[in-house]
This record gives sequence, structure tokens and C-alpha cells, in this order.
Amino acid sequence: MLVWYCLTCRIAQTFEFRLGKMGSKFANVFCRNGSYLRPFVALKMQTRPCTMAVLADVQKKIDQKRQKAMEGGGPKRIEAQHKRGKLTARERVNLLLDPGSFVEFDMFAEHSCTDFGMDEESKQFPGDGVITGHGLINGRVAYLFSQDFTVHGGSLSSANARKICKIMDQAMEIGAPVIGLNDSGGARIQEGVDSLAGYADIFQRNVMASGVVPQISLIMGPCAGGAVYSPALTDFTFMVKDTSFLFITGPDVVKAVTQEDVTYEELGGAKTHTTISGVAHGAFENDIDALAKLRDLYNYLPLSNQDPAPLRACDDPGDRLVPVLDTIVPPESNKPYDILDVIRAIVDNRDFFEIMPAYAKNMVIGFARVGGRTVGIVGNQPKVASGCLDINASVKGARFVRFCDAFNIPLVTFVDVPGFLPGTHQEYGGIIRHGAKLLYAFAEATVPKITIITRKAYGGAYDVMSSKHLRGDTNYAWPTAEVAVMGAAGAVKIIFRGQKDVVEREREYVEKFANPFPAAVRGFVDDIIQPSTTRRRICRDLNLLATKKKSNPYKKHANIPL
Amino acid sequence: MATGFRTSRILQYLRGIEYPRSKVAVGSKLLYRHAPCAALWRNHSIYTTTKINPDEQTFDKILIANRGEIACRVMHTCRLMGIKTVAIYSEADANSLHVEMADEAMCVGPAASRESYLNVDRIMEVIRETGAQAVHPGYGFLSENKDFAKRLADEGVVFIGPGTDAIRAMGDKIESKILAKNAGVHTIPGFDGVIKDEAEAVKKANEIGYPVMLKASAGGGGKGMRIAWNDDEAREGFRLSSQEAASSFGDDRLLIERFIDDPRHIEMQILADSHGNTIYLNERECSIQRRNQKVVEEAPSTFLDEETRKSMGEQAVQLAKAVNYLTAGTVEFLVDSQRNFYFLEMNTRLQVEHPITECITGVDIVQEMIRAAKGYPLQVKQSDVLIRGWAVECRVYAEDPYKAFGMPSIGHLYRYQEPKHVPNVRVDTGIQEGSEISIHYDPMISKLVTYGNDRKEALDLMARALDNYIIRGVTHNISLLQEIIAHPRFVSGDIDTKFLPTEYPEGFKGHQLNLNDESMLAALACCVFVKDVLRAQEFLNQTRIVLAPTMEQEWVLCVKVAGNEHEATVRETDTGYKVSIGGKDITIDGKWNLSQDIISPTIDGAQHDMQVISHGATGAMQLQYRGTVFPLSVLRKEAAELQSLMPEKVKPDQSKEVVSPMAGKVYAIDVEVGQKVFEGQEVCVVEAMKMHNSLSAASTGIVKAIHCAVGDNIGEDDVIIELE
Repeated sequence: MLVWYCLTCRIAQTFEFRLGKMGSKFANVFCRNGSYLRPFVALKMQTRPCTMAVLADVQKKIDQKRQKAMEGGGPKRIEAQHKRGKLTARERVNLLLDPGSFVEFDMFAEHSCTDFGMDEESKQFPGDGVITGHGLINGRVAYLFSQDFTVHGGSLSSANARKICKIMDQAMEIGAPVIGLNDSGGARIQEGVDSLAGYADIFQRNVMASGVVPQISLIMGPCAGGAVYSPALTDFTFMVKDTSFLFITGPDVVKAVTQEDVTYEELGGAKTHTTISGVAHGAFENDIDALAKLRDLYNYLPLSNQDPAPLRACDDPGDRLVPVLDTIVPPESNKPYDILDVIRAIVDNRDFFEIMPAYAKNMVIGFARVGGRTVGIVGNQPKVASGCLDINASVKGARFVRFCDAFNIPLVTFVDVPGFLPGTHQEYGGIIRHGAKLLYAFAEATVPKITIITRKAYGGAYDVMSSKHLRGDTNYAWPTAEVAVMGAAGAVKIIFRGQKDVVEREREYVEKFANPFPAAVRGFVDDIIQPSTTRRRICRDLNLLATKKKSNPYKKHANIPL
Repeated sequence: MATGFRTSRILQYLRGIEYPRSKVAVGSKLLYRHAPCAALWRNHSIYTTTKINPDEQTFDKILIANRGEIACRVMHTCRLMGIKTVAIYSEADANSLHVEMADEAMCVGPAASRESYLNVDRIMEVIRETGAQAVHPGYGFLSENKDFAKRLADEGVVFIGPGTDAIRAMGDKIESKILAKNAGVHTIPGFDGVIKDEAEAVKKANEIGYPVMLKASAGGGGKGMRIAWNDDEAREGFRLSSQEAASSFGDDRLLIERFIDDPRHIEMQILADSHGNTIYLNERECSIQRRNQKVVEEAPSTFLDEETRKSMGEQAVQLAKAVNYLTAGTVEFLVDSQRNFYFLEMNTRLQVEHPITECITGVDIVQEMIRAAKGYPLQVKQSDVLIRGWAVECRVYAEDPYKAFGMPSIGHLYRYQEPKHVPNVRVDTGIQEGSEISIHYDPMISKLVTYGNDRKEALDLMARALDNYIIRGVTHNISLLQEIIAHPRFVSGDIDTKFLPTEYPEGFKGHQLNLNDESMLAALACCVFVKDVLRAQEFLNQTRIVLAPTMEQEWVLCVKVAGNEHEATVRETDTGYKVSIGGKDITIDGKWNLSQDIISPTIDGAQHDMQVISHGATGAMQLQYRGTVFPLSVLRKEAAELQSLMPEKVKPDQSKEVVSPMAGKVYAIDVEVGQKVFEGQEVCVVEAMKMHNSLSAASTGIVKAIHCAVGDNIGEDDVIIELE
């Protein structure tokens, strides 16, 4: 049977009546929309006439599906979602992206599960519980998916996973970040192993995209079981306070297995993960706040590892002197100060996007701009545990340094570190292994590295904190800097063991080592600078180092001490 | 301390090119410096009446036994006169401006005043070591300490101030009142004996003159006090008061004294030399006070007529002569609504508010003090003293004016800029950008003085100066000052010492926005938001093709200000923005950007000086307008519509506890149970990792309990101190 196929309508049609008129069965035949119809032989095909009525039906169906897709799980479920203090998936997408810039993929995707009554019409929702696509954030492209809790509890079906994989694949191909807005009950249990396969497909892509494009997860509802590993593989995981949870197994299972009584919030709430576990990089007040902050963070990041870190228009003069820095470090070396005061005073407009502000507070990390250029800032926080390096601080710092290195973001490091934290707790916990991560990360990094020693730089911790020896590009010391193996009291105890005039010896040691000169005469710091000039120097160095080219030897991948 | 000196030495090394002569003798804690001439704080044009004669022999070196702005003020004149200066400082002040300004500076002890600035023994040592020939005590600290003056005299060092007798006599309330009375100065008339009956009460009341106050001899707290304006009231007052006194105190004896209604605080500046010349430099009105501390002062007073001024001045001079007064002093009077004035007390020192007198008379009071102390006669005669224009002084404090008109605030001034570009402004200060306001001393930031041909001009300049004053890092009282000088009662000159509690009975709440101001502020906030949005899109090195035009032309926003929500539409125009809000259009023009500390947009044709204190990605921002910082929130309309769905969060109040952030040992506890602490005040120190971590109170309150002692080991999150 000869059938005509319209390339535009993509419908096979028969045109016996037309053919008769044309007199030849191979004459050019046109569809009603003017497209050329390709003839072919169908062995067995159901055909239908192309009529206005059919097309109108299709259009109606499109409209209906579109309408339904826009409604998610329906008004009732949307109301329930709102009652929980959560926005719908679509509302979130609209707030995250520039108005009107969202382009949706796979709005008509539906699941193919037929078990457990899933084939009923009422169980089909166009889009199948996740919204995917791309859009703009401050004019720059971003790929994103937003799980819709109102559709099957946001559970992950294979159709759902395919949608997510599709945008991840495309994001990697063109080099654009992927943002995931997670709000999902977990796997689509009805689908069984299909759903698990879906997770694995996403994990694989998370790993492949790691270091290629930035990946950000924002947990805006539950995220449990295997699902948690996708956010865990991404570069940043943020949570919304009170409405989001992350855990491997819920409180019920915990109770059954370990007899522990624990609430959702205690087990996997935002506070737990931002202060105790370090799983999440930050927590925000509510959905609106979270999405606004995410837009803010996005502006610091390059689109991919092939793009330079953004240089944004800046009206804060790069050569501004910062007098407050001259007085910020107290003269007594055992008196704390807030390194955030130093950072805010130096960076553009005092804007500092701190990452993991509540976890391992003895280490401060985050993004800022200096002269419009994005920089990653790492600093010891003398206000908390004297700014010493411990397990958590090392891991926190290491991951951030590696992110910056992967995405061409220069590193600015502020050093005031009395050393690694001693104690059995730390040693048993593996401070050697974890401390090595930070050392590894700084040593491996090839982005511009600027280091400022504000006060103490003692012992191994001095080496670790982006020292000259780890290929630091410019290393400065403030006049208050003390670069030494250890503090005076400890050193004197070892050098002059058993001697009596400890006070005099200590004074001698202080004179000799507790100042920036020993490091400066050896060239381990490039200059001793007046603190108030720090901003202009960083600014100048960043411009200078913008063309820095450095690469590590070829390797399949490095072997960081995990 | 060792570190402190090392630091400053290295800093000096770094500054080497600028100050090649820097030399530090660590042992004696002596700092010789070629003083970095910190930007001089005023133009000299105000000193038109007194001149500096370079040929006149004077002291070679003066030690200033004070800190902060007054030390800088004195040094300024010393420098003009060619006198070397010696500063003393506590450890906490090692980096402060007065140390920088002085030719020499020496540490006199730890932060606590009684161990440093009041440490007479150490100061005497410094005088011997530096060879200072005279000491200027400034105000406060040792300025009215007769023992200090005597010790100086014993060692042959000149005290730049009055003699010890005058200090002693005026330091005693009763003695000074008797002295004043004998010198023919008006004192508050009263009857010191006990009133027997109604008839006597009426008789005495008539002798004193109405209104009178009857008060219980044993009284206090307002009990047994009656005010009488006529004979009938005097009779009734006597009866009621004595009954009340008998029941309250078991003692029905009553005193009677003139009642001063709506008292004003007006004071006379005097200058005296050792040649018998004593003059008065006219009055200062200091009625605006809170908790007996002056806030706004002006010279001259709106209230005095020429006759009152003259008799007030002459009486002040008589009193000074009666005690053989030398150098500068101030005689304080209470003035009632009938322009009757009564002696209050005499301050035998340089007053805080002396600059306003300098501005209207052109006399450099400090110079005259130094000259008088050296034995020279005054340069000016009474007839030279004129009132030229008007001067107003605002005391800018690091204080939160919303709490009892001012509770101290501490911190580092990360941005600080004085409004020096405003004409006829004088700023006396002891701090600079980067200085720390600590709990150890007075939280004064500066004395802001403006002067003009008339009061209106001075006040207008003051409003401008306050708007253009940039202070970041501490809470300040600019809002209160701005409100006072714009208050209709103040503008009309109708003030008394109860001005603040009368006008703000519920406490000061900041500038109250009217509808116009509110929509103007909302409109400006919208522009800040839009500017931020536009700036966020301005990438300079991104190579990707922008997929779709994002340049919006119009923004529909929701602004929340002072509890009200407004919807606004912002459109860009050629020169700025047009904001439609509440049915009317507001145009906002002018060049300003978000990095400026002060923005001066032209709003509907009029230029306003405002400050964007903060603004963030979430649309929350703080704008300072007329001194008051207003929190605002701007959201796109689509976000604002969803805002109502966001749950209200109840913040757990942890501000009442001081918790150890780490495991360690309690090194010091600075407070006691029952003591009042201020927000941000250090309450204890925890030693961990050989570091002293200072813990501060998160809110103002009274210490309820202390859970550990010095030397105790504590764990992380242990509660150390509880507040009420």
C-alpha cells in the first residue's frame, strides 16, 4: 500500500482521491500545509485521513496536556505543598530564572509503568513529576531540573530520570552548569529496578560532569535513600531550613535498626547537615530566600571549566586603601579577631558569599570579587579555636580549593594558623589523612594563588596554607606575621630543655622568629606589606595573573588521599 | 605588650620613607616619632580674635594628660604655637590618633583608666623622663584633681588650669554655693531652716518669690514635694507635704526653696590671667541633655537678652575673681522661664563644648590657657569679645539612641569619613577610620560643630553635615541628633533640660516617615534594586551569545517599608528612573552607584543625601535617611505574591546565654551577678589553644548567673553566663 508521509505533520496519509486527479501516482503531492509529501510503501499501517477535525483534536490535546503539565499534581496537592511552606516546582523555576527565559524540555513525557494501577489515566501527569529545561540567570545560561512533589511525591521514574539525563548531557556538551531543585519522596517504587537504573544514570552523569560544569543542588523538600547521592556528588548542596531533609534512612528505620529515637529535623534537617555532618554547604530561610541566594552564587561561577571566572562590572575602586586593616589584628598574639572583618573590608562592596558558614568555623571559605573578578577565599578564623586546622576544617577547605582550581577561580588565602589541632580525637579520626587533603588541594592547584599571612603561620600548617613552597604566586606578610615552627613557649621548651632563664630565652625567640623577617629574607614571602594596601595589591596581582598558564603532568587522574 | 611594640616598629619600618627619624626605645616604652601629620581637623580661620605670636617665649614641651579628641585638640594648638607635645596612652590606645599626633608618646599602663590615665605616679614619671614643662589635663580624668595639681606644683611643673584652692573650693557643692552667694552671684533662693506652720510657709514663700517648692527635709524620690504658685497653694502645700512627709519618713520638717520651672542649662565661659584680667566669652546653651549628659549645645543662647547676658557674665567673672581663678573655666547656671538665673556649679577646666564658643568669639581658648599658665596677660579684653554668628555642636556618640537615648556600642570603624566638604564644619575627634571604640572609655566619636551667620544657617549646615557623616562598624546616634535639630520646638528655641523625655516619652524611635517620605524612600529602594539587577548582568569577559534579550525595560516591584507594602513600577529614563508608586510618578536622577557610601540622587528635582548601609541579593536593604536607618525589602511582584506562603519563623532566643564556643579553660570573668552588661560587651575570656577568646553578651541585660569560675575547664556549648 502506498502511503504519503508529511515531514511537517509527521503523519502518514493516504490521498487516493488526490492521486486520481493528478493522474500519476508519483506526482508531487502536497499536504494541506504546503509541505512536500514523501511517498513510501507501508506494509501494514493504520492510516487516517488528514482532516481539519483531526488536527484540531491534536491541537486541543496539546493544549490540554500543556495545561495539565502547568498544573502539576492539581490544585489540591498544590495547596498542600503551599501549606507546608513550599513553593511548587514551577514557581521555583520562575523565581530562579530571569523572567520569561525558561525553555522547557519534555513537557509531554509520561511514565510507561503499567503495574499497580499506574496505567490509569489519573496516574498520568504530563512531565511525570519533574520540570527540566534551560533558562537564564542574569543573562547567562543555566540548565536545571525541578522535582515536583505534587506529582507522585516527586518520585523518580525512568521517564523522570531520562529527562534529567537529557538536560545534563546537553549541559555538558555546551558547557553550562546544572542546577537541581530537589523535592522528591524517593524512587518510584511501582517501577522497581527501572527507577534504580534511573538514579544510577544520573549518578554517572554527575560524576562525568564533575569538574566540567558546576553542579548545584538545592534541597527544597525531602531527599532520602539513594537519591541523596546525586546532591552529594554535585559541587554544592544547599538546604531550605525546616522544609528540607537529607538522609539515607528515615527515623523509622533508624529506630528499628539502632533503637535510636530521632526526629526528621535532628536526623537530616538543615541544621544537622550544615553544622554537624558538613553534607550541606549552606541553609536558607525559605524557598524565596534560597532561590535569590542561588542566583547570587551563580554570578560568581564560570559556566564551565573552559570559561574564565566571571569578571563583572565593578564600581568599587580597585586601588582603594583600607585603613581598618592596619588596626584589625590585635597586638597581643593570643587575642582573637574576626577574619570575616578582614575579608569583607578587602573585597568589592563587602559582598562575601560564604560557603559552609556554620561548619568547621575555624576555617572560612567562600566567594567574593576583587576588582570585579571572582575569587575563592580561604582563611583561618582566629575567632574560633584560634583558627587551627582540624579534620573538618581541612576537608572543608580542600573541597573548596579543588572546586576553585577546577573552574579557574583564583585563590586568595588569609593565614593565621597556630597549627594542627592536637589530641587523640583528631589523631584517631585521621587528621593525618584529612589534613593531607588540604595540602594536596593547594599543591595541585594551578589557578592564581595569592596568600596573605596576617599573623601566625606555624609549623606544618604554614606549609599547607598555600605557602610559597606549594607554588604560591604571590605571598605577602603583614607586619604582624610570625612564621615559625611553633610558638615561643613550646620552642624554648625544646631548644633549651632544662635551662632556667626561660623568660629571657622566650624573649630571644620572639625577637628572632615571631616576625615576618625570617620568611622574608629567604624569599618565602615576596613582600611585607602595609595591611591597608592589601586590596590594591590583590587587585593588581589578579590582573597580572589572569594570563597565568600552568599545568600538572599528564595523569589519568590524581589520587587524593580520600 | 612586646608584640605591640614590635608591630609598631615594623609598621614604622614600612613607613620608613615617610618617617626616617622614627626611633623606638622599647625599654622605656618611649616612642619618638616624627608625628604623622594626621589631616588637620579644621581650618584656622575661626581664630580671628587671638593670634599666635611666634616670638613670644612659651613652654618647650607640654604633656597632655588625656586621650581622645581633647588630647588631639590641645595638641593642635600646641603645634600651632610651636610647642612639642607628649601624649600618654594606655595599652588599648597604642594605635590611637592622639598618640600618632604627638611628638612623643609613652604608655602609662593597661586599658583600665585608674591604672593608666588616672595613674598619677606613672604620669609623674613620664613628666620627669620627657622633661615636659607643663601639663594640660583636658577634661575628665585628672583635670579637676587638686592632688595632681599639687604634685605638679611641688615638682615645679606648670598645671595648665586654675590653682589648687580654686579647684578645691569649686569642687565642693556647699562651699561653692556659699562662695558664690558671697560673691554676689544669684543662687537658688531658699530658706534653709525648718518651717513651723502655714503662716510661716506663706511668709517665707513671699520672701523667696513664687513659684516655690516645699520639700521634706528627710525627703527623696519626689515624696513630700509640692510646688506652690501663690499663697493658697503654699498653705495647702505645706499641709499636704508635712502630712506626706510624716507618713513617709516619720519626720514632718519641711524646707522651702525657689522652684525653677522649665529650667534651661546655660553656662558662661570665662578666661582669667594672673594679672587680674578676667573676661567672659559669653554663654553656651546646653539644655538638650539625656541622663544629665549634654547632647546638643549652641552658642549663643536663643533665650538670653543682652542685659541678662551681661549680668550673667559679670557675675561669673565676680565668682572667678573671688577664688583668684586662672585660665579657662565655666560657670553653669539654671535659667527659668522668667530669665532668672541661678548658680549651679563651676567647672574648673576646659569644657567639652568649648569649640562653639571659639567659633562665635574667634578666641583660641587653649592658646589663652597656655599663655595664662605661662604668665602672660590675656590677648583679649572684654570689649573684644563679640558674638559673631551662631554655632551648634552635636556630640556624635557610638551609642544606640533607641535604648534610653543612648547605650554604648563598640566595634571597629571600618568606614569613617567626616563631612569636611560641607562648609563651616569643624570636627573635633580622636578617632580615624579603623579605630576601635572599646568599652574602656567614653564612646564619643566626635564633636561635630557647624557655624554660620545666623542660627538657621548653622542648623541647615548641621543637617547637611549629619547626612554626610559616614560611620560604619558601630551603632551611632546621628538619627537622634538629626531629629533634635529638626524638631519644631528646638528650631523655635523653646527648649529646657527635660526636652528629650518630654518629647519622646516612649523613648526615641527614629525619624517618623510621612507619606511623602515613605513613597520617596520606597522609590529609591526600587532604584537600588534595579541598579543591582542591572549590575549583576554586566559581565565583561563572558563570550557566550546571550540567548534571549534580558534587558528589561520595566520592573514591577513590591516594597516593604515601615510595615507598609507598596507596589511600584520602575522605568528607565535617559537620565535615571521613573518610579510609579501609589498613583504618582517619582523621578530619580543623578549619578550614583552602589559602591558609594553616600548617594545623592535627585528625587523630583531636589537633591537628597542618603546612605545605602547594606543591600543584599534577597532584596533586603537598609537606607539611611535623615540620620535614621530604615530597613526595607524589595521583591519582584511575582516573588512578593508568593511571600505570603512562606512560613513565619520564630527565632529561638539564645541571646540571653553566653555559651563557650569551644572546649577550654575559663581565663577570666569580667562581670558579676547583678551587673548590667551591654550588647557586645566582653563578659568572659576562655583560653583554648593558648589563645584568649573573648566572649561577649549577645544582648543588653543583667547578669543572672555565672556557672563557672576562673580556672574551670569547660566543654563546647557549656553555658558560662546567663542574662536576665
